[in-house]
Formats: sequence, C-alpha cells, structure tokens
Amino acid sequence: MKLINTGTLSTLAAAVLANSAVAQEAASLDEKVNAAFATATGPFVNLIFAPFPGTSFPWIVMWLVVAATVFTLYFGFVQFRFFSHAISLVKGDYSDPNDAGEVSHFQALATALSGTVGLGNIAGVAVAVGIGGPGATFWMILAGLLGMASKFTECTLGVKYRNEYEDGTVSGGPMYYISKGFSELGLPGGKILAVLFSIFCILGAFGGGNMFQANQAHAQIAGIVGDYPGWITGVIFAAVVFMVIVGGVKSIARVTEKVVPFMGILYVGAALVILLVNYDKIGWAFGQIFAGAFTGLGVAGGMVGALIQGFKRAAFSNEAGVGSAAIAHSAVRTKEPITEGFVSLLEPLIDTVVICTMTALVITISGQLMIDPETGRYILDGSSIATVDGNSGVALTSAAFGSSIGWFPYVLALAVVLFAFSTMISWSYYGLKAWTYLFGEGKTTELVFKLIFCVFVIIGAAASLGPVIDFSDAAIFSMAVVNIFGLYFLMKIVRKELASYSDRLASGEIRKFKH
Amino acid sequence: MTTKLVVGLDGHESGGRALDHASKLARLIGACELLVVYVIEWSPYSFQTPEENAERHKRREEEISTAMERVVNPAVDSLTTAGLNARGLVRHGNVADTLNDISKAEGAEQIIVARTSDNSISKRIFGSSTANLVMEASVPVTVVG
Repeated sequence: MKLINTGTLSTLAAAVLANSAVAQEAASLDEKVNAAFATATGPFVNLIFAPFPGTSFPWIVMWLVVAATVFTLYFGFVQFRFFSHAISLVKGDYSDPNDAGEVSHFQALATALSGTVGLGNIAGVAVAVGIGGPGATFWMILAGLLGMASKFTECTLGVKYRNEYEDGTVSGGPMYYISKGFSELGLPGGKILAVLFSIFCILGAFGGGNMFQANQAHAQIAGIVGDYPGWITGVIFAAVVFMVIVGGVKSIARVTEKVVPFMGILYVGAALVILLVNYDKIGWAFGQIFAGAFTGLGVAGGMVGALIQGFKRAAFSNEAGVGSAAIAHSAVRTKEPITEGFVSLLEPLIDTVVICTMTALVITISGQLMIDPETGRYILDGSSIATVDGNSGVALTSAAFGSSIGWFPYVLALAVVLFAFSTMISWSYYGLKAWTYLFGEGKTTELVFKLIFCVFVIIGAAASLGPVIDFSDAAIFSMAVVNIFGLYFLMKIVRKELASYSDRLASGEIRKFKH
Repeated sequence: MTTKLVVGLDGHESGGRALDHASKLARLIGACELLVVYVIEWSPYSFQTPEENAERHKRREEEISTAMERVVNPAVDSLTTAGLNARGLVRHGNVADTLNDISKAEGAEQIIVARTSDNSISKRIFGSSTANLVMEASVPVTVVG
C-alpha cells in the first residue's frame, strides 16, 4: 500500500523542514514507532486475515458475510419487512410522551452513527475502490444490506441483556449478552467468550477506533499545511481527547456532536451535487460497478479481488456483526428491546448503502482511476489501480471531490478531522465498557484505560498507513469472531422476541402515541 | 365541576407574576385547580455522546427532582398555604408544545405564563417559548407582563 500523497505544498514544506536537525530526528522517531508497531502486530494480523488454503479469500470476510446471510434468512428478511416500522420508531411515533427526557431511538441511532460514519466512508471506500475497482462497490452495497440483519440481532440483545445500575446508569454490549444469555440457556463458556470479546474490543478501540483515525486525520492536515512529523498531530489530538474523556470537558464533545451531523449532510450534499452535475456519467458509473463486480475489469484478483475489498470495507465501515453498535444502542429507554434492533438496522443502510456508495460513485465519475483507453480495463500500479496523482486512501477521495469542487478538499479535511475525533470519542467509550467489564468499574481503572487510549492516538498519528490499517482491521474483525459465534447461539432468543412483538403489533396492542 | 388552569413557570422572577395572576383568577372562579408546570427544554432529536446516553436516565431523574424542589414545590406550597387547590408537574420537551399538550390532556381552560425578559439572539431568530405558545396553543393563553 502506498503512503498518502501530500501534494505540492507539502513537498515545499518538507524541503524546508528537511534542513533542520529537529525534523530529521522527528522523522526517525516516526520510523522507529512504525517499525516497532509493524513487528509487534504482524502475527495477529496474519492470523485474522489468513486465506482459505489454496485461495486468496480471507476466512474472516466469509465469516461476516455468512453470518449476515444467516441472520437475514433466519429472521425472514427483517431488514425489509420492518423497514418502515423502523422509520416510525425513529420519528418517535411509538414513544410514550411520559418518557420524554430519556434517550430516544433517534438519539441512540445518531450516537451509534457518529461512531461509525467517518473515515470508513471516506478513506475506506477509496481504499476499496482503489484496489478492488468500482466493482467493489456492488459487493459493499450487498454486504451493507445483509449486514442490517446482523445489526438488528446484536442491538436487540444489547438492550435486552444490559446492566442497569441503582444510580440509573446503564452498561450494555456483547460481553453482557453473551455471558447472561449463555447462562440463561444453560450453555457453558459464556464468561470466557465475554472476556475474549472484551480483550478484542479494547484492541479494536485502540486500532480502528483510534490509531486509524489519528493516522488519517494527520494525513489530511499534512496534505493541506505541508508535511510535518505525525507525532505533532498525535500530541495535539491526544491532548484534546484527554480534555474530553479525562477532563470531562463536555463543551468540546458537544460541539463535535453538533458539527459532525452537519458535516455528514454537507458531505452527502456535495456528493449529490457532483453526481447531478455529472448526471450523464451516472449510468456509465453504475455500468462500471456492475461490470467490475463480476469481471473485476482488470483489477488484481479479478472478481474475487473486488468482492474481498467490498466486503472488507463494508464491514469495517458499518461494523455490522462486530458488536460495537450493541454497546452504543444499549442506552435507549424502551420497554421493548427489539425496537432498538429495528432502529439499528437503519445504520448499515445510511452508512454503507447511502454514504459509501456516494463516495464510490464520485471517485468513479471523477476519472481519478486510470483506464487503458484501448482495452477499457484499469491500469495497475502494483496491486492497486493507478490514479492520476498516485493518491490512495483519503487523498484519493479528496482529489475526486476536488476535481469537481475546487475548494472541497479543505471542507473534507475539516470533516475528516471531526469525523476522526467523534469516532475516537465513541470508541473510547466502547473500549472503556470492555475495560470495566474486565477490571471492574472504578475511577482509577477507568483513568488507566483513558491514559493508554491517549498514548495510542500519538502512536497512530506517527505510524504509516499500512501497518495501522492492517492492525485496525484485524482488531475490529477479531471482535466479530467472538460476537458472531455468540449470536448464533442467542439468535433464537431474538426470534422469540420478534414473534411476540409482531403478534402484538398486528393485534393493535402496540400502538402509536402520535397519529 | 372544577375549572383547571395551567401555570407555566420558567424558574425566573417573572413566574411569580404569573402565579399571582393565576391565584387571583382562581379566587374569582371559586372551584378551581391550579396546575403548576415546569418544562425542561429537551429535544429527542439532539445529539449526545455514548457516555451522556448511558447516564441519561440518572440525569433526567436529577433534573426532575431539582426542578420540583427549586421551582414547582415552593410555588405549589405557597398556593396551598393561601388556601388554593394546586398541584405540580415537571416535564421534558419543547416548552410551548408540552404546555399545550398538558392543557389538552388535563382539559384545562386556560394557560397562564409570564413574559420573559430574555433578549438573546436565539430569541430573535427562533422566537420565545411564550410567543410560540401564543401562536400554537389550542386553549386561551394569558401572558402576564
């Protein structure tokens, strides 16, 4: 994988900086961090992404897709049958006015979304399309649609088996539903699985929820102001994160929570404008997506290459089956745990089917991916598709948007930084919940986790994209290994809830409060 | 039949004037119940961090008991001491909508609120709760100056 290209400004700045001894020392510090990190995480990454013998297909991707398909079939396409009901729930049609002031379905969904919508949608999609070609988008959408069922399963259980403490606070997530659900069913090993999940969740919080975000945020800032050592961004980011999660400076978090949805809308809006302006190319772009999905159009690995990239990025972006959303959704106040399951199934739809597809279409239409005019196939540069300026990751998305709206890269840079920040805040909470599950709730244990979390921000910003993205993926997918294994045993509980709720909805026992 | 009047308080001094006016009306009416309401401004469509969500139930309880103790109970006490029939209520939501919903649900004849002296920019843009209430309410509204 190529490093992020930082543009002409950066080359200039780098030339100036290169003369100073400080910069050289700093650069070597970045290199040391990078090398040490890659060595330390290599075996873990290799295990998670091990391909099926004799193929190049990683077993973990199959694990996620098979699970999403199983849940889709087992719950009779719940994502389509209860889609409009989910919208009604989010609108508050079924919310008791006497519960006003509690966490609403909308709030739980928005909080979970601000943890998932982010770099996965901007950088992740660019990585998928850059390696797997536009065809990866098709598989990404398919994985998103199937993933809605996984999300439904885990979030229903998240609310059903959460811990409610005497002071009124709640803690939920896979570690709680696996341990409680297994003992309810008389199955052994629930506790061990819960501990295992918690360990992976902490790693995921440090990886995808932290280092990957810090890394890409640095790449964006460096792309605009010029190249400079990553640890500087890392220290600044770590300081702000520290102020929020340790210092309890709520104002920063609140500002972010308000700006992030605005940025999300702006991003989708800009993508729509670009698509409207280039409406004549939309048909062609979809043609590329469909043709690429089944033939690969010359990308490395052909159709399978496109499929692997699409599935991988979808899972990384919407986190369906990973279990993180179950932690975020468990705070909602409802008498019916399954209602939160319905609401949560909108998440992969918004995240993957809408936002990721927008990004992929803009990249495809922008012509950043180089096509051989004679054969109509993509030109390869190593294992990825050659791009106009040699960009990859978030820089590719930035260049694609920039080719239509000149000033958009600046807005995108701000969006990336804010998305990265809000994802970090969300994941610091997911990681903390896993940490307290292992070590018990308490001020000191919580502080230890939060401090380690801040240190990883610095490491993430200093390391290069390759090892960081590998470790992030591996850590997040390892959560899915344990979570989905647990879900297979617990899904019959969800089916019982679904049957009971459907009956009561049909009989009119569950009614709308608003008409 | 008892006539019900809803008195909306916002925790400011001006609320005292609304209470005075309401008790005057109550005496004139005779068989009258005063419903003292404090609405905590809250939207189900706001954005929160996961941590805020996890603590929301606890915070809500705290907010309700604080509003009860500081605003509603003293007002109800002063009314009952004066020999009037009164009870208190604290709700979360949009101030104008919630006062209107409560009045409809309780079958109140009138809503009495005080004019606020708030001159912030947000008021200039979004209008005050009082102005919104006057525009939207489905029962008569008295605004005490």
